[in-house]
Amino acid sequence: MARIELNEIAHSYLPKPKSESDYALKRIHNVWDDGGACALLGPSGCGKTTLLNIISGLLTPSRGRVLYDGKDVTGLPPEKRNIAQVFQFPVLYDTMTVFSNLAFPLRNRGLSEIEIRERVLEVAEILDLVPFLNKRASGLAADAKQKISLGRGLVRSDVAAILFDEPLTVIDPQMKWTLRSKLKEIHEELKLSFIYVTHDQVEALTFADQVAVMFEGEIVQIGSPQDLFENPEHRFVGYFIGSPGMNFLECTIEGNEARVDGAGIVLDEEAAAKARKARGKLELGIRPMYLEVHAGFGDGMVRARVKGVEDLGSYRIVALTLAGQTLKARLPEDKPVPEGEVWLGFPPQWTRLFADGRLVK
Amino acid sequence: MEKWPNNRAWLLVLPVFVIVAFSAIIPLMTVINYSVQDIFGPGQSVFVGTEWFREMLANDRLYEALWRQFLFSGLVLLIEMPLGILIALAMPKKGWGVPVCLVTIALPLLIPWNTIGTIWMIFTRPDIGLFGAGMNNLLGIPFDHTDNWLDAWITVMLMEVWHWTPLVVLLAYAGLRAIPEAYYQAARIDGASAWATFLYIQLPKMRGVLTIAFLLRFMDSFLIYAEPFVLTGGGPGNSTTFLSIYLVKIALLQFDLGPGGAFSLIYFVIVLLFSFIFYQALQRVGKGEKV
Repeated sequence: MARIELNEIAHSYLPKPKSESDYALKRIHNVWDDGGACALLGPSGCGKTTLLNIISGLLTPSRGRVLYDGKDVTGLPPEKRNIAQVFQFPVLYDTMTVFSNLAFPLRNRGLSEIEIRERVLEVAEILDLVPFLNKRASGLAADAKQKISLGRGLVRSDVAAILFDEPLTVIDPQMKWTLRSKLKEIHEELKLSFIYVTHDQVEALTFADQVAVMFEGEIVQIGSPQDLFENPEHRFVGYFIGSPGMNFLECTIEGNEARVDGAGIVLDEEAAAKARKARGKLELGIRPMYLEVHAGFGDGMVRARVKGVEDLGSYRIVALTLAGQTLKARLPEDKPVPEGEVWLGFPPQWTRLFADGRLVK
Repeated sequence: MEKWPNNRAWLLVLPVFVIVAFSAIIPLMTVINYSVQDIFGPGQSVFVGTEWFREMLANDRLYEALWRQFLFSGLVLLIEMPLGILIALAMPKKGWGVPVCLVTIALPLLIPWNTIGTIWMIFTRPDIGLFGAGMNNLLGIPFDHTDNWLDAWITVMLMEVWHWTPLVVLLAYAGLRAIPEAYYQAARIDGASAWATFLYIQLPKMRGVLTIAFLLRFMDSFLIYAEPFVLTGGGPGNSTTFLSIYLVKIALLQFDLGPGGAFSLIYFVIVLLFSFIFYQALQRVGKGEKV
């Protein structure tokens, strides 16, 4: 087990990176505590897999250092680091049985057959693979195969962290739940550090106690799932997390009000004061579930038009037009959906301001 | 929806049927026809039943050619398969080296077979050939493929390996390139040695293409004709007379169409039988369950 520390990491796939845009990872400086379940969440191409490969040693970063428990491992190859990695699709040794697959990392490290047997049986027990031990690995279902890949990491008693690179991509939807809860269970039982890369927010938010959201080669925010939802520190976090994502409206600040095309939205005094000092393009952000839709006018409300309604079973998504910009509101199923002209309420405690994409604070 | 049989669809198969008829069925029927008759001349033939088959199966020279053929094909597979895999493993994976290597390696496959025989005949001639004269005059090792049976075999093998290993290389290389990077990464994390990586990842993943390479090399080497015919003409003596060379001698030089037909069919059955056995065996390799 280990504390994983990333010290000013930057990586470029080009031999001589010139500008900022040549870097796949711009600047990553972060510490993951021992025994935590962390997720790296971000869209395709944001650098998640690159970062994971740097942690596992498959890639050497262009700049910066990787430390395990304070020990510099930047130059060490993956087999010398105490980590295991589970890949997007199951990587198995097709010609071997499940037992030999699990035993492979131990055999390569020259353990005695008695020790190997003991470890493999132990791990097979945890992963419910005992009935398949003598079966050929290639004939099993995708979820069993993914468990074998995980098992090859777990058998090593010295393993400090297990890295997952979108491990549920090829698993059937109903099996995803089972496998994900199995992963959580293993995490709680073995207290290993798990780092889990995914582009699926549901996966990240249910799996991890700490989620790092990545965007264009940077970690834009690290926090608990609740934190990310309620207090996005970056426009991208607001947009990427939640379904649908946060609403954004371009605005200007006048006194305690955010002005959106003539209409004024009353803000929290403190937030307004900070926003007056902020530079760059100002945007107002609010989560669809906090946006209030009323049929009649009330204090501090703004006029909008209903454009369409989407019924998603347990709730409805209402698309609204406000000053030429589209907003979405999430309404419970039992609430009546107003038509035509409506009034929107922006509760100050849920209304955020972003300057050039970053939370004003 | 109502369905009704439309037998006119069969007409769509007609072009293929005609092509296959002319390319395979009619020639094969002709051979079968020859094999059961004694033909004296146009319009003068007698039905002889299985006589030619019995005669050919009792022919010592056929057996000699057959064992020679097995030895040849065996050596070909033994040398070309490992060599091809080795070269494929050593080839660059990306960059400008890839097209250069691929084109260079594929060159022998583009040369007409008769030309290959001629190239090697001249190359190994003891008096003027670079290889033959070099062996004799520079190294002082007597070498004459027209006189010594071992030299003739060495020459034929060299030519064959030079000509056809590239096919194995290309297939093996394609197989290697198709292995996702994650397998190598997993192997590194599992601490696998290069040998273990080859044995448990590369070789199993290449099985499909290697099966094709193996079968193609078996069949082609078993049917080899043009190159050794041009190079040695089956000699010295009969030492490089392979089945096809012997067959042509009977059927075309002696014009014994009946025995030639029977021989062809026996030949055909042997190739088919062995290809089938090899295919079945290769499909089964590494599929049993074990601890």
